Amino acid sequence: MSNLLSPDRVVRTTCPYCGVGCQMNLHIKDEMVYRVTAPFDAEPNRGMLCVKGRFGTDYVRHPARVETPLIRTNRAEGRSAPAQWRTATWDEALDYIADELVRIYREQGGDALATFASAKTTNEDNFVLQKMFRSLLHTNNIDHCARLCHAGSVTGLSLSIGSTAMSNSIAEMEHLECFIVTGSNTSETHPVIANFLKRAVRKNGAKLIVIDPRKVEMTDFAHLWLRQKPGTDVAVFQAMAHVIVKEGLYKPEFIAERTENFENYIESLEEFTPEWAESISGVPAEDIRSAARTYAKAGRAAIYWGMGISQSTHGTDNTLSLVNLAMMCGHLGKPGTGLNPLRGQNNVQGCSDSGGLPAFLTAYQQLKEPAIKAKFDHYWGTDINPVPGLTVTEIVGNAGLGNVRGLFVMGENPMMSEPNQTHARHALEKLELLVCQDIFINETGEMADVILPATSFAEKEGTFTNSDRRVQLCRTAVAPVGESRPDWEIVCDLAQRVQTRLGIQLTHGFDYAHPSEIWEEMRALTPEWQGITYERIEREGGVHWPCPAESHPGTPYLFADTFPRGRGKFFEIQYGTESEQPNVTYPFRMTTGRVLYHWHGSTMSGNSALEEAFPEAICELHPDDAIRLDVKTGDWLRISSKRGSIEMRAMVTERSPQGTVFVPFHFVEAAANLLTLDKNDARAKIPDYKNTAVRIEKCAPPQGWDAGYALPLLERGAIKDPVQVH
Amino acid sequence: MPTLTIDGKSITVPEGTTLLQAAAMVDSEIPVVCYHPHLTANGLCRVCSVEVDGWRVQAAACVTTCAEGMNVNTQSTGVRLARQTILAMLASTVDLSQSPEILPLLAEYKADPTVFADGKRRENPIYDDNPFYLRDYNQCINCWRCVQVCAEDAQFAFALNFDGRGFETRIGTFAGNGMTDTTCVFCGQCVGACPTGALKPKRQALLEEGYNPDEVYFATRAKNKRNSKNTD
Repeated sequence: MSNLLSPDRVVRTTCPYCGVGCQMNLHIKDEMVYRVTAPFDAEPNRGMLCVKGRFGTDYVRHPARVETPLIRTNRAEGRSAPAQWRTATWDEALDYIADELVRIYREQGGDALATFASAKTTNEDNFVLQKMFRSLLHTNNIDHCARLCHAGSVTGLSLSIGSTAMSNSIAEMEHLECFIVTGSNTSETHPVIANFLKRAVRKNGAKLIVIDPRKVEMTDFAHLWLRQKPGTDVAVFQAMAHVIVKEGLYKPEFIAERTENFENYIESLEEFTPEWAESISGVPAEDIRSAARTYAKAGRAAIYWGMGISQSTHGTDNTLSLVNLAMMCGHLGKPGTGLNPLRGQNNVQGCSDSGGLPAFLTAYQQLKEPAIKAKFDHYWGTDINPVPGLTVTEIVGNAGLGNVRGLFVMGENPMMSEPNQTHARHALEKLELLVCQDIFINETGEMADVILPATSFAEKEGTFTNSDRRVQLCRTAVAPVGESRPDWEIVCDLAQRVQTRLGIQLTHGFDYAHPSEIWEEMRALTPEWQGITYERIEREGGVHWPCPAESHPGTPYLFADTFPRGRGKFFEIQYGTESEQPNVTYPFRMTTGRVLYHWHGSTMSGNSALEEAFPEAICELHPDDAIRLDVKTGDWLRISSKRGSIEMRAMVTERSPQGTVFVPFHFVEAAANLLTLDKNDARAKIPDYKNTAVRIEKCAPPQGWDAGYALPLLERGAIKDPVQVH
Repeated sequence: MPTLTIDGKSITVPEGTTLLQAAAMVDSEIPVVCYHPHLTANGLCRVCSVEVDGWRVQAAACVTTCAEGMNVNTQSTGVRLARQTILAMLASTVDLSQSPEILPLLAEYKADPTVFADGKRRENPIYDDNPFYLRDYNQCINCWRCVQVCAEDAQFAFALNFDGRGFETRIGTFAGNGMTDTTCVFCGQCVGACPTGALKPKRQALLEEGYNPDEVYFATRAKNKRNSKNTD
């Protein structure tokens, strides 16, 4: 028996994967993370991790990490030609980018430039990035992937209550009495949160209502499972509201004190009977009644939701109908209640908080407010453009139209995440300048002019804000790979070069020595972060914002006394959909989502050991459909929409409903977003990822691609049919 | 709020407090092996045994709740002898060389595994059946932490349980299936809770075997990668 390894050091940091923000200890030997554990006494995860955090961080030392700046040598062949790179010095690469940014800025103004901030990088990284574009280049064309995940939730919550974050903390989950999980495959997308929710059910007798077309694992723990037809969420929620009103289960005092427009809303509910909803959604009217009663009568009840609610042409309506439910039952402003959109990426909350949005500065301070603009103008010594910029989808669209000519992408992968990829590719091909700052050359990087090598989460410092608004530290654990540098440092270096070229001298510029200095500036500009310092996070492990003073304990749950909007507003909702509907040529619905072992565009997970557990794209097909198409588990299918087609193996399972095929969007060789439609929710601008009309046909296996495809599907890695095993 | 005496020191504790917790309050140190402060205690290893006046047998402090008037001795000759025997038996059947929490106890209680030199040792294969961790039950002390965290203490996956009877008792999966054919979701809570070297990340095991970090990288990657298109 070999000797037990003793680590060179153990570094406490925050997990780079999902929005739970798990605290973990990286055990390091020879600059390699060989073991990951979780401190049992630390919030929010209390000793738990999931497979991604525990075993999926070895991408940090992947041989394909970018180690030096790279400049494309075959620009003339177009962006979609296989890229040829030459290594460059930092000076050379950054000077080139600065020259190009300034050239485009001088020719056409700042709005010809745009940037994607990153939900994977720290608050400080995002803050300096948006600061560079706002203060030096006078554009607000700053957005990030939150647009593609929770824009529907954000817009719905802003309209109705004025705050967009999860209203309650993870620590409260164990003590729920009743909760609804809808449009979230929680046990795969937020595994540690799912464990707390399961605990609430199994140990504390909480009642769980799952409202989801898929038989996700949470249904095994559910008191009641409403399986609505995809896209009919609003019908179910409105019918629940109808029942609550008809049976007098609402809370008149809460409604009178805290909300407005309830009278009009009640009138609008008249037609939404449970029987009507049954005819639309397929959910038995009795189940809708039962769910409504259980939720309304509970002393403390919360709602948790994910992409299934938000990623829709009616994502805003979905959210509004949930807000209506919570407000009429008074399930807000107390521990164990609330409205909780589960955030996807580990810093998607923080990126939005740090100004990575086209209409907001830090902590959702509105650009259009003259006092806010003046504060930032004065502090930075500049004149910010007060007109909100373009969103992610609009930036891509405008690149296609030639309005956006230069795009700076920090840690994002639009060539996996944008809907209608072919269209997105054509748009990005037109750019004059495309810079990718990332740890790998991902699918977007393949199209870039310059690649700037950034450090991974294990090689830098800063803060991440998790899904329940807890600001936590990311700490340096290992030495950076090659010449890679932390994102904030690269951005600041570039900003100083741009500043020199433009001949601008900011009052507070970009000469930071450490991310904590950036945080101090963010604090100074943001009243709600006044009480959060690096020392305090170090001491307490994390602080929930809003936290207006150092003596303030932080805010685990929101809306105790008031809503940011003042009164919460009930919105009347029309039922209808603009989603693409199945038809004769494309008779199936395709819905997209994640699997446990992968992460979004798989830039990280696809380069880690997780790839071994889930090495190929598979789609879920219902047995009834499989019989009609004569498909068995492991057969190859071609799935086509009006926009493209992809091929992958099928898993026959009852998990997805009949007529619906589920496709994970992680895999470039079968990129689900080649098929999706770039049709957006009118208010939130979020694409309709969950609903695409497709055709399915059997096809021959591809030749000579991956030796593993010779194996039966269920013998590869840890791929298994969740319905069979649970 | 029962009041009791531990090692001659009187203390009043909240209802439901265990002897182990109460002893910590009066600075009486009770050794533990299977017990973990954040997991359900099961009183399996009995190393935390203490004497309670009037009790016929020793009590496992981790699962015994305090009662009014108890007189507890955590360091009597009897309990020290019991601990010594338990530890010696453990050490004679199981490889404890990678158990940093248990090794100091062996020294402290002068537990000598050679007392049971002709005893049978646990002999199991090392299971390497998934991409993430190894299972070496030659080092397993049946503390049940992994089973607990796989079940209701954390993950609710129920992939692990006891298997076999008597001396053959060990941790196993349904029908002895490899981990990829169980309900395991590879969260690794079990690896995080394991007090010995029985459950170990593959990367750690390879480093211990003398691989360098680059070699570890390639050893944990299969050849049939989906991205292999461009490389070979």
